[in-house]
Amino acid sequence: MHTEFLMGNEAIALGALAAGVHLVAGYPGTPSTEVLETVAKRNPGTVHVEWSINEKAAMEVAAGAAYAGARTLVTMKQVGLNVASDPLMSLEYIGVKGGMVIMVADDPGPISSQTEQDTRTFAMFSKVPLFDPSSVQEAYTMIQEAFDFSEKYGTPVFFRATTRIDHGYEAIEVKDEAEYKKLPVEGFIKDSSRWVIFPRLSVINHAKIEQRNAALSDTLSDYAGNQILKGSGRKGIASHGINFTYVQEAMTEAVPLLRIATPFPFPERKAVEFMQDLDEVLCVEELDPVIERAMVYVCGKYGLKTRIRGKLTGDIAPSGENTIASVQAALDKYLGRAPKEAKQSDPLPPLPVRPPVLCAGCPHRASFYAVKRAMQGQKTIYCGDIGCYTLGNAQPLDMCDTCLCMGAGINIAQGVFHLEPDTKAFAFVGDSTFFASGITGTINAFYNQADMTLIVLDNSTTAMTGHQPHPGTGRTVMGQIVEKVKIESILKAIGLTTVEIVDPLDHKLAVETVKRVAAEPGVKAIIFRSPCVAITKPKAQSHVDSDRCIGCRRCIDQLGCPALILNGKKAAIDPSLCTGCTLCEQVCPVGAITGGDRDAQK
Amino acid sequence: MPRNENIILCGIGGQGTILASKLLAAAAMKRGMAVKTAETIGMAQRGGSVFSHIRLGDDVHAPLIAPGQADLIIAFEPAEAVRHLHMLKEGGCVVTSSHPIFPTSTLIGQSQYPVEEILDYLKNHVSNLTLVDSEQAAKDLGSARVLNVVLLGAAIRSGALSLNEDDILEAIHERVAERFHALNENALRYV
Repeated sequence: MHTEFLMGNEAIALGALAAGVHLVAGYPGTPSTEVLETVAKRNPGTVHVEWSINEKAAMEVAAGAAYAGARTLVTMKQVGLNVASDPLMSLEYIGVKGGMVIMVADDPGPISSQTEQDTRTFAMFSKVPLFDPSSVQEAYTMIQEAFDFSEKYGTPVFFRATTRIDHGYEAIEVKDEAEYKKLPVEGFIKDSSRWVIFPRLSVINHAKIEQRNAALSDTLSDYAGNQILKGSGRKGIASHGINFTYVQEAMTEAVPLLRIATPFPFPERKAVEFMQDLDEVLCVEELDPVIERAMVYVCGKYGLKTRIRGKLTGDIAPSGENTIASVQAALDKYLGRAPKEAKQSDPLPPLPVRPPVLCAGCPHRASFYAVKRAMQGQKTIYCGDIGCYTLGNAQPLDMCDTCLCMGAGINIAQGVFHLEPDTKAFAFVGDSTFFASGITGTINAFYNQADMTLIVLDNSTTAMTGHQPHPGTGRTVMGQIVEKVKIESILKAIGLTTVEIVDPLDHKLAVETVKRVAAEPGVKAIIFRSPCVAITKPKAQSHVDSDRCIGCRRCIDQLGCPALILNGKKAAIDPSLCTGCTLCEQVCPVGAITGGDRDAQK
Repeated sequence: MPRNENIILCGIGGQGTILASKLLAAAAMKRGMAVKTAETIGMAQRGGSVFSHIRLGDDVHAPLIAPGQADLIIAFEPAEAVRHLHMLKEGGCVVTSSHPIFPTSTLIGQSQYPVEEILDYLKNHVSNLTLVDSEQAAKDLGSARVLNVVLLGAAIRSGALSLNEDDILEAIHERVAERFHALNENALRYV
């Protein structure tokens, strides 16, 4: 054993390695990404690690390995679970031989996601048991228990953590590599009565699952993660995950506490024991009222008179991330404590709004601007997608009319076209998103005779989540150099006759190409190819000749590049940010900006 | 019972707050202190407002600091210092760069940045305030990349940090490539 200062996601990865995991597959997504990256970095050489093309592929790859008796880990963010839900729902009916842990990162807030969905609710829906740790240290030990549990009961299990665990750091005790479990893999044993899902098998297995989960409720009542902390009084508090630490921070006296680490199957006997002498229980939860509903159910089932409070009674906010302050306020009210006097402070001066933006020199800015210029005055819809380029919605670009989920923009553009054929429909999709879920949408458009322009923003990386490789990069997370999958080849194979590849930083050519291509009928594509500036080293920088600058602000007002600033009434360039992409040089009407080199960015 | 220490680092994505947080944590661990931190990782790193919470001491459950409980705020930008000021304890300390960074939203008229008003607000509301001229520091040190270490040095000088220069230096030596050691040492002693 030794001590390391670890991010929660790193601890989860090291826990999986200590548990002897054989295969890890996932798709990047904040706040889950670092789990798989850490496994790759700390791989003792025995683990197959892969960024799959999407979460569904990851789930299926892991299922195959688990069928063969290997220990497998799948990683994704909560919305990724929606993509992987098709295999998962059936997989629970089939079961696994090797331990299979599905690590899902939930994002209360949400801070970096579309939804505030709760994987604990998904656990109930899919009937898959779930582990919910409260700290980085616990995440490390609990995931090891999750592997044992999965193997023992032959079911995949969820391991759910939220952002504050995933991206929280703690110094914790971890095993040395020599202490990692080394488990043999039996291999896949043919047995079609076990591995082939048919209605006849489903009906048998469904009954077994229900029976097992009912029994697990009792087993998990003795699980150390589901714990009662004794206290005095007839009011108790039930909590989970990081919220349990907020409750502990907000406590001034010992109130009876129940911490639920396995919300499904819910440890009913433990809950009954907890509520025995209590008049009221406040459930302090984030996302869905999972514990609260279970407690209400337990009270009804066992005839308890305890009143259950929480989100459903308006005592805890129904949505959003909880904080120490919000939990403190809820506890003050519940326990009848005098609320802490709010400090009277002077009103704050106006503060600048500082949303995330496309980086200085980002080629996506040039791509969006080219389309905007080319289509000026025409009726258009710009369907965006998930990635850095969602930030193209910000002013002054304002080039993202819709954004729903991975790959959706391509299909949404078609829907708009079919109803409004006079609208020039565009779909913007990044390279990684194209591979993840853009190909089927493109085929759909081609087959169903849509008229739309597909813009692939190819920066040769998965930028938003921290530059993971994908099939188009020619590298794997294991460091292998592999044949690149070419986006243009895929598009041509589908049948598209117009597939243009353009450097978006060549502004004039980019605008001309968009004008020409968008005027053609049917489905056509432009691949704007230029590497992400965060992984290239700029060699030159632009600067403004303030004698020539006429102060028209065209560069600032049109592009919104963070490197463009004002010096008095004239434009200036922040040298700490400029990458020399030259887009502003090409936009300046008087040629006052020079010095960049767009080829140096490659 | 030993006193817990709560520190907030705040700034703009890309300014180096996360490395500063790791240096503080590493230095505290060397001293045998328990450390918990919470970081902003993800979308906000693209030029948005970011923060790190750092909690030192054994009596700590959550990685997040409650409002009004921070002993020290280290800000990489003055407006970000004001944005997090409600987290500061009565009589707490603020170390901040005084150099404003204007987001595009202010240049295209979507939000305001009244620089003097913001600096005055800090001066009027923080008793233990250190303003660091980060532009001058970058010129003197020949690099803008060590602002995080300049601010850590200023925080040590402010007296609000139980860690000393040697603790931080040791952490730097372990985490930063040797060719940058001299630069970082100068940065640490700049203020």
